[in-house]
Amino acid sequence: MQTKLKINGTTATHDVSPATLLVDLLRDGLGMTGTHIGCDTSQCGACNVLIDGIAVKSCTVLAATLDGASITTIEGIANGEDLHPMQAAFKQNHGLQCGFCTPGMVIAGLEIVRRHGHDVSNETIAHDLEGNLCRCTGYQNIIASIAAGAKAMGAK
Amino acid sequence: MREFALERPTTIAAATAAFNAGGEAALLAGGHTLLPAMKSRLRMPDTLVDLSQVAGLTGMAVEGDRLWIGAMTRHADVAETATALPALAEMALGIGDQQVRNRGTLGGAVANNDPAADYPAAVLALDGIIQTSSGSHNAEDFFQGMFATALADGEIITRIGFRIPERAAYAKFRHPASRYAVVGVFVAKFADRVAVTVTGAGPGVFRWPEAEAALSALFSVAAVKGLVLDAADLNSDIHASADYRAALAGVMLGRAVAAAA
Repeated sequence: MQTKLKINGTTATHDVSPATLLVDLLRDGLGMTGTHIGCDTSQCGACNVLIDGIAVKSCTVLAATLDGASITTIEGIANGEDLHPMQAAFKQNHGLQCGFCTPGMVIAGLEIVRRHGHDVSNETIAHDLEGNLCRCTGYQNIIASIAAGAKAMGAK
Repeated sequence: MREFALERPTTIAAATAAFNAGGEAALLAGGHTLLPAMKSRLRMPDTLVDLSQVAGLTGMAVEGDRLWIGAMTRHADVAETATALPALAEMALGIGDQQVRNRGTLGGAVANNDPAADYPAAVLALDGIIQTSSGSHNAEDFFQGMFATALADGEIITRIGFRIPERAAYAKFRHPASRYAVVGVFVAKFADRVAVTVTGAGPGVFRWPEAEAALSALFSVAAVKGLVLDAADLNSDIHASADYRAALAGVMLGRAVAAAA
């Protein structure tokens, strides 16, 4: 099937089988391996991307049902060599250890800013991260990173 | 996932035709139950009929004493915009996680009728009317036990009407990993009666007549203090025994009444 997608600003028509998951199109079809597959059962959030600005788990969406949509992946948020403020906040706040969950955490951070704005509380961040699993950090620095990233996005 | 044909109709009539075109078909709403089931090959449809392009299946409106919500309205939108029915908005905010709520739909959840799903408790307590591609169902007759409903094969839910109560609240003991209800209790007080429904505890959503009678006499936490379900009809699994669920239902009932009172 043909599906026309705008991915990180570039519009193209992709030929996919109906059973192709969005995450598989991104990783296997387009070589964009920043979006990770953790659980493949919509639990862990490592595969989070933005579809029309809203965070979803790309392991549980069929690419062929997204014709006309705009997708933003972790590869699409930096400005060239300059990290997105949310990415920079993860770096500055030691918000990652192994890094596997990080792309999904950064996208979840953007979703939290979309929903709650730049002055979001740590409690709200912790609650809204329930769909993202990290097995290294214990979450404290991820929460600090998202709080700092949210503020930095507001100051920009 | 086994390969299948994907149809993307824009009208109910075309969706029905695609469903009936031959082979085993399934309706795709938000996909957050169906796609995982297809990955594990519990479901292997030949044809998947995507309802996301069908016109008129989203949005909400108050008509008379009811709030009507389109079947393809996503949980996140119910949570944010169902201001006419705060207990339902609150319930929607407790389903899954944010990314799941951004995809999952009211109609999909109600059609699936998972015994631990949240929405069936609200639909049953709020005298729900389930309008479909071929007619309508009352909630009392709609839910027929584990994953079973009155829907015919290929019948598409178009919108659901909830009678707006004077007061209502939902209390849920949330499974920490799945976020489904280990036990959930919905309490609604109307001018003419009180409705109490229970999800997660048994093979499907059900009403709790003893709680309804007690609260009809006096709508207060004191009126239902000590009330527990009969464990004989309840689920026992790795998450909770039937006795535990029976006791938990009493606790959730008290919390729901306290929140609604």
